Amino acid sequence: MRPFTYERAASPAEAAAAAARNPGARFIAGGTNLLDLMKLQIETPSHLIDVNGLALDRIEPTPEGGLRIGALVRNTDLAADARVRRDYGVLSRALLAGASGQLRNKATTAGNMLQRTRCPYFYDTSQPCNKRQPGSGCAAIGGFSRQLAVIGGSEACIATHPSDMAVAMRALDAVVETVRPDGTTRSIPIAEFHRLPGETPHVETVLEPGELITAVTLPPPAGGVQIYRKVRDRASYAFALVSVAAVVQRDGTARVALGGVAHKPWRVEAAEAEIPRGAKAVTAAMLDGAKPTHDNAFKLRLVERTLGAVLAEAKG
Amino acid sequence: MEAGIGTAVGTAVTTLAGPVAAQAISRESTGLTVRLKVNGTEHDLALDPRTTLLDALREHLHLTGSKKGCDHGQCGACTALVNGRRINSCLTLAVMHAGDEVTTIEGLGTPEKLHPMQAAFVKHDGYQCGYCTPGQICSAVAVLQEIEAGIPSYVTEDLTAAPQRTEAELRERMSGNICRCGAYSNIVEAITEVAGRPA
Repeated sequence: MRPFTYERAASPAEAAAAAARNPGARFIAGGTNLLDLMKLQIETPSHLIDVNGLALDRIEPTPEGGLRIGALVRNTDLAADARVRRDYGVLSRALLAGASGQLRNKATTAGNMLQRTRCPYFYDTSQPCNKRQPGSGCAAIGGFSRQLAVIGGSEACIATHPSDMAVAMRALDAVVETVRPDGTTRSIPIAEFHRLPGETPHVETVLEPGELITAVTLPPPAGGVQIYRKVRDRASYAFALVSVAAVVQRDGTARVALGGVAHKPWRVEAAEAEIPRGAKAVTAAMLDGAKPTHDNAFKLRLVERTLGAVLAEAKG
Repeated sequence: MEAGIGTAVGTAVTTLAGPVAAQAISRESTGLTVRLKVNGTEHDLALDPRTTLLDALREHLHLTGSKKGCDHGQCGACTALVNGRRINSCLTLAVMHAGDEVTTIEGLGTPEKLHPMQAAFVKHDGYQCGYCTPGQICSAVAVLQEIEAGIPSYVTEDLTAAPQRTEAELRERMSGNICRCGAYSNIVEAITEVAGRPA
């Protein structure tokens, strides 16, 4: 690990201001992703701002009938919250599908949203990677790409977003709340929060320098049958090859988001009109324009089959 | 133990255990002092901020029960309990734990007075080389507490019902602890015995 200085922030706005003053700074909360990357010198912050004391660890009802999840709510606590289990089952299931018990006890809601990719070339510092070192190239294209994106990628990057939680959040239309270094706040719909890689794969979200996530808000419960189905190389503690988050209503309408296929949680609202025609039609609409590699072309059929299983399960 | 380094800022740090008290602690990259309560005993440690909780336990407090396997949160050998919850002690900085209570395998039991989970691992031969065992046992103790607290898992069928101490639940919840000797079936038997439910 490279040397760094360390401070504890006194308030969200002060944390954001401190980060803006110090371009080499990173916020640290759970640390389960950041410290892993710091040990490998993929992340090399010169200053850490510890936000754990910021009292952003509560889950509160909103006036609209939804839930406001503090940025520091741990994955375990969010998955176990009685309201989440009852009204947002897809979110609870997605959280429990990710990582291990030890990691979920530490990992936070905001940190999970900001997880970095597990692309093997991002992790291998002897290889070019435009995300790790902008302009150096992409070793994944033409390389071992079984885990990587099939849609939304670019000539610069075909990494996937690794989060399960964020896929469920996308299906639920969550909103990310932030505070900026000047103290102003804003709300960002999750659909607009993560970016596609384009020419700048190192810029992964629309967050401005120093901007701090303070909460993630869920709209009122969507009801329906809520399912998170994850397909992976072993039964537990592995990243998704493909995952499906679905909220299926009795009238057959549904919201569907995919994990493991793109640089962000993948949802195509227009494709949801195809639900009555079945998984094949929905998949064709969701993955229209897909550019899989030789290694990961299997994901197209895997999405179709996983989605088919989810829709069948929802019917009971 | 790096005595004398950073004592000026160290005084400030030890008063910062509360959740909101906070200011810049140090502009230096070495010499933070942090107070940790480990297995019931308080320690003031002068640490480079890069020191993980695991390294603080092993290298500074010489509590070498917690093991360094992968050092990346993948194997679970470093599992310890912080304020009663199991975490990977390799993936957290010691300075982030001022005022926290840490329990390691040394705090669970002693050779003369084994914790019931330790005794069950011995009885059921829940190990071969033993390297992952302290992490397995810390994790297993926490798993039973998590089930007791009603925390669901990936294999819990009904999210709104209390999770049960089934073999499937134990296996899923222990998936963050790798045993390269492959003692899994005996580990499950040991935990099952402590859980009070036949496998």
